[in-house]
Amino acid sequence: MTATDARPRDPFARPGKLTPAGADPIVRLEAIEKYFGSNHVLRGCTVEVYPRSTICIIGRSGSGKSTLLRSMIFLEEPTAGAVEVDGLRVEADPLTGSRNREYQERIRQVRLRAQMVFQEFNLFPHMRVIDNLIEAPIRVRGIRRDEAIATAENYLDKVGLRDKRDEYPARLSGGQKQRVAIARALSMEPKVLLFDEPTSALDPTLVGEVLTVMEELAHEGATMMVVTHEMSFAMEAADLVYFLEEGTVVEVGPPEEILGSPSDPRTQAFLSRFIGPAGATR
Amino acid sequence: MSGGTPYGGRQATLEALKIDQPAAIVGQVAAARARGRFRFRLVFAATWAILIGGLVFSLAAAGRIDSAFLGVWAPYILGGIPITIFVSIFSIAFAIVLATLGALGRISRHPVIYAVASLYVSLVRGTPLIAQILFVYLALPQLIPASSDVPVIWLGIFALAFNYGAYMTEIFRAGIEAIPRGQLEAAQALAMRDRLIMRRIVLPQAVRIVIPAIGNEFIAMIKDSALVSIITVQELLWRAQRVGQSNFRTLETLLLAALVYWMLTLVFSIVQARLETRMAESDVRL
Repeated sequence: MTATDARPRDPFARPGKLTPAGADPIVRLEAIEKYFGSNHVLRGCTVEVYPRSTICIIGRSGSGKSTLLRSMIFLEEPTAGAVEVDGLRVEADPLTGSRNREYQERIRQVRLRAQMVFQEFNLFPHMRVIDNLIEAPIRVRGIRRDEAIATAENYLDKVGLRDKRDEYPARLSGGQKQRVAIARALSMEPKVLLFDEPTSALDPTLVGEVLTVMEELAHEGATMMVVTHEMSFAMEAADLVYFLEEGTVVEVGPPEEILGSPSDPRTQAFLSRFIGPAGATR
Repeated sequence: MSGGTPYGGRQATLEALKIDQPAAIVGQVAAARARGRFRFRLVFAATWAILIGGLVFSLAAAGRIDSAFLGVWAPYILGGIPITIFVSIFSIAFAIVLATLGALGRISRHPVIYAVASLYVSLVRGTPLIAQILFVYLALPQLIPASSDVPVIWLGIFALAFNYGAYMTEIFRAGIEAIPRGQLEAAQALAMRDRLIMRRIVLPQAVRIVIPAIGNEFIAMIKDSALVSIITVQELLWRAQRVGQSNFRTLETLLLAALVYWMLTLVFSIVQARLETRMAESDVRL
């Protein structure tokens, strides 16, 4: 408790892994606003992620956490704000952006840097596992086929599914599908991995195998942004936890602080829905 | 064919089966079901045989069918089968091309492309097929004199393809729109460009969705191809009608033609079922 209290409130001022000497954040979401019609979903969200760190974004359904992640790669067009990934900055341009070739190309470059793993896996059902993994590397990144296959097999090994190389997705379990989806994202060799509730569509018995892969990635130094309800994962793997409510970042801090002794009453109310202190669920 | 067919007959209860071991129930139930299915098919086949046989017999017995006449002319009439198939295959092939373009136009965000595709669909669907065929044959030469040099069979194919292309445009559009949004998002997230997404992700999946419908359209096409007999394409119906009318024996010739159309549609229904099974390979679940 005292250790936690001793930390400055501003997480980015903390020394250590999150702010290695001289390092800049690799991801910056600046004051992202999003309206769906008249519904104000994101109200100026600012998020920074340092290289090799993992952040978790938690909050109720409808708090805007998925929208925030999707806005980052423009699957939702942000109404205002800016996204910066690995030095590439794109400002929201909802008025003319969709008709601007150069702007669309910048969005594509952001997507090359930040790969998303979806709640519903979204594997391509008409392609075998290996083809799911090499499609974009070959046709988008222009990697040679044999090289792409070698990379893909390497990542299939990593998620423990090398033997499913030639299966169609329909023959895989939910957990296996999601691990293939992770391998597919890794095959693009992105700077950042985004996870949008990666275990929410899974049978409870299959959640573990996906979280294990994600924890390994986090510990190996992948840069990850994870929207999740799995507090045990946040506790285990996150360097920072963002708590969102009604489209606003209410509280940011290391997991033991946010999940263990949150200072904001809204965070406390949210966490009280989970049994006991979140850290104890594992 | 598959489950769900009524078995009829007695419903065996567990007591009546007098089973010692539970494992034996499984076998007995399966056997009872198989017997039920077999009986159903047997009665089905017998009913058809009686109805069709009865019809043929009564016609023959009444002396209404001149089999000697048919013996002479059947080869000529049946010679129309390859032409009917030729017309149907080329028409459906061109219709598929038109429908693909039409569907891409109907989902286009470009107002001109969308307008052209919509006009095509609206115009074709709003006028009778027979009128379109006659238009191509009779009216088009007035507009484009060179079209009178085109063999009538290609004029017929053009008219059929143009018509079916419009109907299939809407089928293809529905197929494309049936691809879940998540597929598009995943492709976009992989930094794929729109055209690549359409070619590699959307269309291959849409084809699978649309295959059964294309099969139906092809079977309908086999029958509608008879309409080009009106512009003197010498296919099955044209020959049957021609031979029948000039010999006052249309009963025989038209019955023969109808029987052939029926057989053709049956054969292609089976082909279609096979094709669907093969296309579903990637959808096989554990």
